[in-house]
Amino acid sequence: MNLLEIKDISKIYGSVAALQNVSLSVEQGEWLAIMGPSGSGKSTMMNIIGCMDKPTGGSVFLDGVDISKESAKNLTIMRRDKIGLIFQQFHLINYLTALENVMVAQYYHSLPDEKEALAALERVGLKDRAKHLPSQLSGGEQQRVCIARALINYPMLILADEPTGNLDETNEKIVLDILTQLHKEGSTIIVVTHDPEVADEAQRTVVLEHGRVARIVKGNNVKGADI
Amino acid sequence: MITGSLLRRRSRMFVALLAVAVGATILSGLVTIYYDIPRQMGKEFRAYGANLIFVPSQNGSTISRIAVENASALIHGNMLGITPYRYESGKINEQPFMAAGTDMEGVKKTSPYWFVTGEWPTDDKSVLIGQKVADLIRLSTGSVFTFSGTDSAGTTFNRDYTVSGIVQTGGSEEEFIFMSIDELDNAMGTSNEIDVVECSVSAGEAELQNSADQINESVDGITARIVRRVAESEGTVLTKLQALVYLVTVVVLLLTMICVATTMMAVVIERRREIGLKKALGASNKSIIADFLGEGIFLGGCGGLLGSALGFAFAQAVSMNVFGRSISIQPLLIPITFVVSVAVTGIACMIPVKNAADVDPAIVLRGE
Ligand SMILES: Nc1ncnc2c1ncn2[C@@H]1O[C@H](COP(=O)(O)OP(=O)(O)OP(=O)(O)O)[C@@H](O)[C@H]1O
Ligand SMILES: [Mg+2]
Repeated sequence: MNLLEIKDISKIYGSVAALQNVSLSVEQGEWLAIMGPSGSGKSTMMNIIGCMDKPTGGSVFLDGVDISKESAKNLTIMRRDKIGLIFQQFHLINYLTALENVMVAQYYHSLPDEKEALAALERVGLKDRAKHLPSQLSGGEQQRVCIARALINYPMLILADEPTGNLDETNEKIVLDILTQLHKEGSTIIVVTHDPEVADEAQRTVVLEHGRVARIVKGNNVKGADI
Repeated sequence: MITGSLLRRRSRMFVALLAVAVGATILSGLVTIYYDIPRQMGKEFRAYGANLIFVPSQNGSTISRIAVENASALIHGNMLGITPYRYESGKINEQPFMAAGTDMEGVKKTSPYWFVTGEWPTDDKSVLIGQKVADLIRLSTGSVFTFSGTDSAGTTFNRDYTVSGIVQTGGSEEEFIFMSIDELDNAMGTSNEIDVVECSVSAGEAELQNSADQINESVDGITARIVRRVAESEGTVLTKLQALVYLVTVVVLLLTMICVATTMMAVVIERRREIGLKKALGASNKSIIADFLGEGIFLGGCGGLLGSALGFAFAQAVSMNVFGRSISIQPLLIPITFVVSVAVTGIACMIPVKNAADVDPAIVLRGE
């Protein structure tokens, strides 16, 4: 059984169809990219996969559970236990230090463990910035804190929506290297991006247009393809 | 985590804390005053106010001094004050007024609630006038006026008096001119014509009733009556004060609640993204609610403790300035203020907390 099995989902907002009849499956350990023009439904799809929203039609199986039928309470538990989220805007809590920001995820998951949180920061190369507030960190560093936070509870699935959208090339490289490393270690990753270079790192790229799957590109052929 | 997050968002929370502290201060301050002052005032009322009066018996029109002496000899218990009143009509500037002849030292004991602006009279030529008299003929302390009347022989007299003080009681006393009873006797040319005698006796109710019965039986020309006027007015003061304190307290608590609710609402709106993030990270509604309620209740507790200390200081200051006496601390009030503050902030947080729990975690991916 695939880790993620999307069957014919739609998401209708009033008269806007953000997603229409999308089907997709993702294997354990796969690295998938989602591309598409603005408004094509990429974030909507991530919200549904990340158990933060439900489709208006179709079903989504995550680790064998149909999350399109679960209660809000169970969805909370699903995303707490199975999902790691990385955002374009980082979403760090500005009055907490880097270390505390990582520990917030532990706090809602199980128990804050400073040692473990420090180790996660060390993994993204930020051990010496643990006591800094987000305002004292560069964009790239903030994104790395966000990644450390996403990893801290050993999620089954890492969802990254435009993780490099706000970063310069150097930092984009650092973040990509971290994702590559995670993938090598066996993590399943879904990343939304506008950047063909990022998509080229993935094994498969799904291109969305007007809420539908327009095509699927295998391997690192995205850069040359016409998207 | 809660205190840490509170400490780093000082200004906003400081406002809420201030609101709770002010509310708690008013609450504990007013309640302290409410419990303490009337109790002390009540002591005075009970100890000194008139509780027995002598009036002429049905067949006579006035009371003689001898009868008063005979009657007072029959009173059991400690006589704290005894005040005769003789009432005569007269005129000032052709306007009719009533003069009351009395004993000023006695009045101070039997009517301790009189509020005199200026001085109590010390000689026969100075008098107290009621507030209404003062208003009608525009007299103030130090003014000299002429009181004219007809004595018992039918001759007109004109006598000059100096106003030494103006008396306010909130009752009919404000329509009188009070002078010494000897002076009024002189002016009228007769003595031994007392209309009413007020006594203040320190005795239990049964004892007092017993004394009254004995007087009514054995002293001619006097009917003794127990009065509850003082006790009643004490009761009214207490009820009015109680209603006022409750009203003010309720209003202040409501205002506190509104202030805390708006502050918390602003905090929730300000932290919408943070709440969305926490929910995206897997925070249950319960833990979001617990976080906010925890902050609210922590604030309420701090505000309550601060308020009970400030409230005592406030009550002490009010008491010293208004009533001229110090106040005793009510230890029970500290936990009560604490609990009320916590409850008030808890209730005030209801709507904001509900809004916090309703935040959609999906906002974190919408780039809001
Ligand atoms: N809560 C919502 N209510 C109504 N319409 C919505 C809502 N969320 C998304 N949409 C609409 O759904 C469509 C898809 O939005 P979505 O955010 O998924 O696009 P996207 O591919 O992530 O775009 P971008 O690249 O700009 O982030 C858009 O037309 C958007 O306006
Ligand atoms: Mg998007």
